[in-house]
Amino acid sequence: MAARIGIFAVVVAVFLSIPAFSSAQDLQIVNAERRIDLSSHIVKAFLTLKVENIGKSAAAEMLLAFSPTQIKNLAMVQALAITGKKKKKTYLPLDVKPTEQPDAPNDTGYYRVTFVSPLGPGETVSLEVLYILTHSLEPFPVEITQSESQLVYYHDSAVILSPYHVKQQTTFVKTPSTRVESFTSIEPANRAGKEIKYGPYENRASYSYAPVIIHFENNSPFAVVEELVREIEISHWGSLQITENYRLTHGGARHKGVFSRVDYQSKRSVSGASSFNALLAVLPPRVNSVYYRDDIGNISTSHLRTGFRKSELEFEPRYPLFGGWRATFIIGYRVPLEDYLFEASDGRRYLNFTFGCPLVETIVNKLTIKVVLPEGSKDPSAILPFTVNQDLQVKYSYLDIVGRTVVVLQKDNVVPTHNVPFQVYYTFKPIYMLAEPFMLVSAFFFVFVASLAYVHIDLNIARK
Amino acid sequence: MAALESPQPAATTTAMRHAFGNVLSVLILVLIGVLAFSIRLFSVIKYESVIHEFDPYFNYRVTQFLSKNGIYEFWNWFDDRTWYPLGRVIGGTVYPGLTLTAGTIWWVLNSLNIPLSVETVCVFTAPVFSAFASWATYLLTKEVKGSGAGLAAAVLLAMVPSYISRSVAGSYDNEAVAIFALIFTFYLYIKTLNTGSLFYATLNALAYFYMVCSWGGYTFIINLIPMHVLLCIVTGRYSPRLYIAYAPLVVLGTLLAALVPVVGFNAVLTSEHFASFLVFIIIHVVALVYYIKGILTPKMFKVAVTLVVSIGMVVCFIVVAILVALVASSPTGGWSGRSLSLLDPTYASKYIPIIASVSEHQPPTWPSYFMDINVLAFLVPAGIIACFSPLSDSSSFVVLYIVMSVYFSGVMVRLMLVLAPAACIMSGIALSQAFDVFTGSIKYQLGGSSNSTDNAEDTNNAPKDDASAGKTDKGEEIVKERSSKKGKKKEREPADKPSVKSKAKKKALVLPLETSIVALLLLIMLGAFYVIHCVWAAAEAYSAPSIVLTSQSRDGLHVFDDFRESYAWLSHNTDVDDKVASWWDYGYQTTAMANRTVIVDNNTWNNTHIATVGTAMSSPEKAAWEIFNSLDVKYVLVVFGGLIGYPSDDINKFLWMVRIGGGVFPHIKEADYLRDGQYRIDSEATPTMLNCLMYKLSYYRFVETDGKGYDRVRRTEIGKKHFKLTHFEEVFTSHHWMVRIYKLKPARNRIRGRAKKLKSKTTSSGWSSKSEKKNPWV
Repeated sequence: MAARIGIFAVVVAVFLSIPAFSSAQDLQIVNAERRIDLSSHIVKAFLTLKVENIGKSAAAEMLLAFSPTQIKNLAMVQALAITGKKKKKTYLPLDVKPTEQPDAPNDTGYYRVTFVSPLGPGETVSLEVLYILTHSLEPFPVEITQSESQLVYYHDSAVILSPYHVKQQTTFVKTPSTRVESFTSIEPANRAGKEIKYGPYENRASYSYAPVIIHFENNSPFAVVEELVREIEISHWGSLQITENYRLTHGGARHKGVFSRVDYQSKRSVSGASSFNALLAVLPPRVNSVYYRDDIGNISTSHLRTGFRKSELEFEPRYPLFGGWRATFIIGYRVPLEDYLFEASDGRRYLNFTFGCPLVETIVNKLTIKVVLPEGSKDPSAILPFTVNQDLQVKYSYLDIVGRTVVVLQKDNVVPTHNVPFQVYYTFKPIYMLAEPFMLVSAFFFVFVASLAYVHIDLNIARK
Repeated sequence: MAALESPQPAATTTAMRHAFGNVLSVLILVLIGVLAFSIRLFSVIKYESVIHEFDPYFNYRVTQFLSKNGIYEFWNWFDDRTWYPLGRVIGGTVYPGLTLTAGTIWWVLNSLNIPLSVETVCVFTAPVFSAFASWATYLLTKEVKGSGAGLAAAVLLAMVPSYISRSVAGSYDNEAVAIFALIFTFYLYIKTLNTGSLFYATLNALAYFYMVCSWGGYTFIINLIPMHVLLCIVTGRYSPRLYIAYAPLVVLGTLLAALVPVVGFNAVLTSEHFASFLVFIIIHVVALVYYIKGILTPKMFKVAVTLVVSIGMVVCFIVVAILVALVASSPTGGWSGRSLSLLDPTYASKYIPIIASVSEHQPPTWPSYFMDINVLAFLVPAGIIACFSPLSDSSSFVVLYIVMSVYFSGVMVRLMLVLAPAACIMSGIALSQAFDVFTGSIKYQLGGSSNSTDNAEDTNNAPKDDASAGKTDKGEEIVKERSSKKGKKKEREPADKPSVKSKAKKKALVLPLETSIVALLLLIMLGAFYVIHCVWAAAEAYSAPSIVLTSQSRDGLHVFDDFRESYAWLSHNTDVDDKVASWWDYGYQTTAMANRTVIVDNNTWNNTHIATVGTAMSSPEKAAWEIFNSLDVKYVLVVFGGLIGYPSDDINKFLWMVRIGGGVFPHIKEADYLRDGQYRIDSEATPTMLNCLMYKLSYYRFVETDGKGYDRVRRTEIGKKHFKLTHFEEVFTSHHWMVRIYKLKPARNRIRGRAKKLKSKTTSSGWSSKSEKKNPWV
């Protein structure tokens, strides 16, 4: 009942709010708290906003502003509306979309958050916003030796960049260790242990910006996959073959000079602190035939743990990765088809698989997912919760004649939060499954017929 | 026996037996093929599907190039990633048979939309061709001694350890296809010899062409066949069939061989081929003599002979003198170094250390005969005896083949591979004859009462012999002549088989029942022993890919994958045009796996260049740096086994570097590296040794691993423990220290001030960009 009223309200609100669309100053942020987590190379920022409508008309949406450097590295923005009081808190996911504003100062980028129901005049709403930044920690010094630990800069503003007036705000920055070389202090600002607190700041006008630089130690693995191509091949004979081609690099401060194995092996704590040599991939449960190799053969340093909910593949590249070093490898595995392929109510089939990269805490600069449909499939369409580039290709595999349709999904700047299910719908007639066995059978049949004919036909011109 | 008593019903049963026997043989052959293929898969199952060792990596790389760029690019391929700065013309210096074969297989599969990678095709080429080789052995032995011997020889060859060692899955080397080509060429030669058919003679030339494409060992064919022809002529076995078998082979074969770029005019210029031309002349003379003999009366003929011989002797003498002078005028007498070391086993160790330094060019030890051909070594003499009863053209050929290959294998362990097929053929003949005799006697003893003995094994042999006995008893020569005119299979078969055997068996070779049974059991046990040994050899001895090592210890299997670790490091973390210097053993692997330019590689065509690297390795740091710098080298790779006890590392090969280097640059003296004639690296080692680059690169900071610097290969503490490198810096050392890569430090700048200025400039620019980023809003 309530839901129906809600939907009705939304519909009404959309109609009502269209004229009062751009009245940005109708909203103000009463209270904002920002927590920035810098403990890995993926920067996560949690914003808790309390938004009030001080205008005269209802507001259906609000804007989130990001500086140009941030918008470039922004991997994902999610927003939740909090309803209810402490005990009965419920979170409702909100629709967040990138948008452009004609009067944006200094190339500010925007995301538009649409409220569940339009915010009436005088009403307030609490929001939780999560945004994730990649490549935002800049190593300084740019090059380090094996024994040095990695120091990075993080650039941001002490106050929240917002197109709205912010009455009160605080920012907490969490660093991975207590070693902070320096941070820009904008009073009141202080640091305790692993946390730097900026604020509280009162009554900041819209678009206020107070740049800060935090220079701190971060030795977490800066594992960046420059390019990942995942090929998911559907075989209606019962399995799903996944092949993942990785091009991995260490995205932190570049390694300089000597790499000494003695130091690396004996003084592990001080030597190569920023390097990493172990990675963890979370694979689906019931995974089988897992392999891990590269262009020149099998890599023997891997362990697989299978479980009910997930399987974990712990593996090491051939050599430890120091800043700027690269490695390529291939992970392949097979999962049973019935876990991932379903038949929709309209008779179409659909694949339900996880998007993103199986490696934990890894940024993927360019992710390409290729879903290879069985030969003879038609009308492919992919459904994803976020926008990706889509394309269709044709691939020829074992004994194909017309080729297999390949749905190519391509997305840049992917973080682990993108590991959500996606669906690929297609139509397929089971009779096509028999095409290849039939071809083989007929080929053998032909061979036997030919040899039969050869034995019985006398090709001699003269009879003996 | 049954056939002689009641001919009419027996004819149908014999036909039935023929059909049954044929089907059975085909089935057995298929199984032999499967056996040959699958016994070579231990390497894939125990390790992985990967290319093995050194040379296969080069072949693999060439195949990759071929499949990517096509045949024309391949012929013109100038490889600038090896032998820097000289480069190497791959198309003109490589035996293309293997790569073309694998490339064709890959192409065919891919055009059938079977997307196998080039690597997979390369890995499985050798096992596939060993199946072909065992079928070729069947054909060859069948031509010599019948299909029973053929099957026995084929099954022996399918799992002879010597051949397995070169053809396990992943061992993608020339020999893999060459052995098949060798046997098949021999088969076609024998086939032509038995039939006198020009069709087979042409095929023979084509097979020879394939062999020339595949392996430098083709000279074995082109010397062995003339020797056999000569043998036939000398023993009075000249026949038109011999002429047809030989003359087209020489003409067509030489023309075709000259088409292969790597052989080219060598096919007529070098001494390896002279024997064939000489015999070619002789066979023509003999043919002429036989022709004239047919025309003239015996008396006239005698006169003619004396006349021709007296003139001919003079002419021959002159020709031979000219040839000798020509050959003598060339420095190596027209022979290549490897061939010379075959004729004179001490040649290489005296003059060409680079050939002597390769372990597979050393003479084998006795145990290696037992390891590689096992019980065949005992069966071979029996086979030779069987070949002499009766001696035919074809059996004299296999006798000659075994004799020659025994000699060659005694010179070079690598040529054990040529011996293996001969040994298999001989043993196959021996086994089959023995089985014939024993089962024949058992059948005779038991089957005195009952006529139709359906004894299993030899029935497909015996009835055939019986059936043909009546016809062929008169003399096989005539039968062969006749059958060669008619080209029909069924009639030829009995003629091919020396049928005197059956007669002899009937009369003399009947042994007591118990003896026969015991002997049979012993033979089966011998065979079982052979099978066990072969499987063991395939599984344990010859399947390791040598780029990845494993060791079994109490807490499980340890994998030492250091080579690929460092090659992968090189390929991903150095610039694509960097030059890597290492000893030549690792050249092929570096170009194939790391895709980096190397100075020298396993194709040891330029001794001076290798000597340069050897000299650099044996020089003190500064001099070595200068040599390497002059070669544009950026990284130096050394293989070091001292930490984990890997014996074939660079320190153990080091004396060869000194020898080869010293052979060209006399200031490197072997004596400087030896203390009282002993090679040592402990505190007793000479200062030259302790200061040379190889020592330093191998043992740099080694002492810090255990505090003492104990070398597990040499089983001693190293001589010089603490030292610094001034011109090189360690950039990578693999997990078990097996591969260490050093970078040449850049030359010190002449103008000291400039470096500082540059530095300050870069930092300031860095700061300015930072300040831009710091405040993007202003």
